[in-house]
Amino acid sequence: MIGRLPIAKMLAATVALSAAISVVMLQVNWDGQQASTAAPKIDTLLNVMIVLSAFVFSLVMVMLFYALWKFKAKPGDESDGEPIHGNTRLEVAWTLIPTIIVLFGAGYSWSVLNDIEELHKNPLTVDVFSQQYAWSFGYPGKGNVWSQGELHVPVDRQVQFKMHSQDVIHSFWVPEWRIKKDNVPGITTTAIVTPDKVGTYQLICTELCGFGHASMRAKVVVEPPAEFRKWVGGLKEKVPAPYMESIRQDTETNPTQPIGAGGA
Amino acid sequence: MVAAIKRPGWIRGALGALVAAAFGFGLVVALRAISGLPVFQTEQTGYPHVVVPLITGPLGFLAGFGCFDYWLRWAAGMPTIPDDHSQHGAKSWRDYFRFNTDHKVIGIQYICTTFFFFFVGGLMAMLIRAELAQPGTQIVDAATYNSLFSTHAVLMIFVFVIPVFAGIANYVLPLMIGAPDMAFPRLNALSFWMLPLAGLLFIGSFLAPGGAFDAGWTGYAPLSTGAPLGQSFFNLGVQFAGASSIATALNFLVTIITMRAPGMTFWRMPLLVWANLSTSLLVVAATPFIAGAQFMVLFDRVLHTQFFQFAGGGDVISYQHIFWFYSHPAVYIMMLPGFGIISEVISTHARKPIFGYRLMALALIGIVVLSYSVWAHHMFVAGMFSWLRVPMMITTLLIAVPTGIKIFSWLGTLYFGKIHTYSTAMLFALAFIVTFTIGGISGVMLGMVPLDIHVSDTYFIVAHIHFVLFGGSVFTIFAGIYHWFPKMTGRMYDEKLGRVHFWGTLLGTWGTFIPMHWIGMDGMPRRVADYAAQFGNWNLLISCFAFMLGAVQLVFLYNMIVSWRFGPRAKANPWRANSIEWQVSSPPPIFNFDEIPRVVGGPYEYGVPGARHAIMAGEGVGAAKPEPTVVGSP
Repeated sequence: MIGRLPIAKMLAATVALSAAISVVMLQVNWDGQQASTAAPKIDTLLNVMIVLSAFVFSLVMVMLFYALWKFKAKPGDESDGEPIHGNTRLEVAWTLIPTIIVLFGAGYSWSVLNDIEELHKNPLTVDVFSQQYAWSFGYPGKGNVWSQGELHVPVDRQVQFKMHSQDVIHSFWVPEWRIKKDNVPGITTTAIVTPDKVGTYQLICTELCGFGHASMRAKVVVEPPAEFRKWVGGLKEKVPAPYMESIRQDTETNPTQPIGAGGA
Repeated sequence: MVAAIKRPGWIRGALGALVAAAFGFGLVVALRAISGLPVFQTEQTGYPHVVVPLITGPLGFLAGFGCFDYWLRWAAGMPTIPDDHSQHGAKSWRDYFRFNTDHKVIGIQYICTTFFFFFVGGLMAMLIRAELAQPGTQIVDAATYNSLFSTHAVLMIFVFVIPVFAGIANYVLPLMIGAPDMAFPRLNALSFWMLPLAGLLFIGSFLAPGGAFDAGWTGYAPLSTGAPLGQSFFNLGVQFAGASSIATALNFLVTIITMRAPGMTFWRMPLLVWANLSTSLLVVAATPFIAGAQFMVLFDRVLHTQFFQFAGGGDVISYQHIFWFYSHPAVYIMMLPGFGIISEVISTHARKPIFGYRLMALALIGIVVLSYSVWAHHMFVAGMFSWLRVPMMITTLLIAVPTGIKIFSWLGTLYFGKIHTYSTAMLFALAFIVTFTIGGISGVMLGMVPLDIHVSDTYFIVAHIHFVLFGGSVFTIFAGIYHWFPKMTGRMYDEKLGRVHFWGTLLGTWGTFIPMHWIGMDGMPRRVADYAAQFGNWNLLISCFAFMLGAVQLVFLYNMIVSWRFGPRAKANPWRANSIEWQVSSPPPIFNFDEIPRVVGGPYEYGVPGARHAIMAGEGVGAAKPEPTVVGSP
């Protein structure tokens, strides 16, 4: 049965189509600007997935449209097709090959995950406080000084964000860093990021938190260490007492040290 | 007048609703007065004098409408009224508005009701897209916007996609397995009548002080536990929709297991029957979790329990675990029946046996088993224990394997067939393969933790869910409606209008949802009424396609209504299909079969010389070899 199909031509068409799709799709910078060490790793994973997906998609398209072209009934033809009930080899193939592909994807993702969440020595810890509909930030290494609506971090140093929410769930996302984590009342959540490009970015709340959700933004400034020290030194306010209380009472969910195999 | 009050029906139903609601109201007021509390508690989450009548009122309606009459008499030891079949079948359009125990009537009741909610939810989508056409706030304010997308999702999920499949299966499945009706016809009727109540509660929440529920269809605590009264309408509506779903699933399970015609072994069941068997297994085991989660939220709101209040010792994230333990399997509850429909349509119109029938059935069961082990992939950034992410990622990616088996087997079915594309049902089935493949691919990407961290809660998610729920589920629903329209109505629909609807829907779906992938990856979060100006042009384009997608659904509506009334008479078997429902007249006789058919072969034996699926009454044994008439033995 398979012998009657132009398998080589169909495979060639699949490869050609998937190459064409891949080439076009890889021209586009889907995720936007990269501004952390994690961003290129995540984007490479995305690109690998785009190539694999282009192949799977092309295979389905070639199989579908070849069948529609070749086996379309002539008008008035009321006869039935050939009574083929299956083919064990083919069925085994399209069970096993996808399994291998997705397990490869899982393994690759796992290694990227471990990589981007690996904790370096001496990270800068920043406390993130969220409430409807505002962000504020504390710098525990700098005498718990407090800044509202504006986050500054030094470039090329790993930052460990410790997140707290005062009311409902919010989510911390800086698209250029490719990092996102929910801020959950009652627990401390952690995100690790190493910004590697000086610039100004936007912190976006991505968990629905009420009518002000769309406007819950903050300014993020990545700057050279000297300027960062100057800026922190200029902060006058201390983290208010209720926020210090939330640091004390929130239970830690993500262990500071990644658990080897499971990623952070 | 007295007779009208005593007779089950709308008058007694309205009266029952009023009396029961008044009882609930009185109970709350009296208990509060006795306890020395202020009689009315109108703090934003409270309103027990509204919440309790919202529970008792619908139950009173069901009782008054006649849903419990037979059972109550039996339970109370009174003489039951012998069933004269007066509640069975429809002689005029009025019979569709009564408590009716005929699975065919109930199927049509389900389909019409759910499509009503589809159009209401669709109008909300149009409002949402109108607001999003430009950055800034033009049409609705942010709070109303939150209510709109929450209600849109809830209507589409709980009172359209999930129950419309129950409606299609209600009509088709008993005929397909050669059964005279469902196993529990009265339970079947009760299941249906709970559904409009759920929908009315969802829509009615717009009347509540503070507006309709606005915490998203996910209703995450503690946003939902602190939300205005409308949230309680959601909590309760889910109970009625969920109870309806569970009862129907039980009904399907018992019907499929015990009522198959003689000779219909498990390996001779059409794949639609397999699909509903799998779906029902998911519904009965998973739905109680969302019911529980919503009751816990309701208790937190009204009784001041502390399930999800960390200050009172509660656990915020546990809500998400319970919710997704239902709501991920729910994705398959919304997809597996569609897989069944596609199998029927493709096999019939390609004139070919299903390729790898047994593996197709096993893939369904594989999806059922795996779908219970993937829920936390919705929570990769939620702050849950981080070790759970990698195992959940692996199971999530593995679920692509049985899904891939189904795609490739449908493609294999087309080969060496005689593919007919004159039917709109077949067009939707073929387009489904393309669209669902894209939705599946973006699903695999979302399953990968590092990619999910970036795109979680962005428009990429909106794109993905609409590709699988609209491009997936809704395409299969359209395929099913077109495919069985002649059987249900006895009329043919207009294929020309069907084609207009098909191409408009396909173009609209792609134009609306493909660009959403990109703006999501590029930084636009979901569930926002306003967004950065850089996404303005894309959103305008998306809105234009969305309006076209909405408008073309009116062609479908017109086609269905006019064809139902004036369409040319349908033959019993216009598609020359093999399964049993096509061997009876269109529409089928009131009790389906004069004599139960006898199944003598597989359901998809197209092109096999002399093969038969079933022998109908009066046909005699015929050419086929007689088979032992053992029910249920594989």
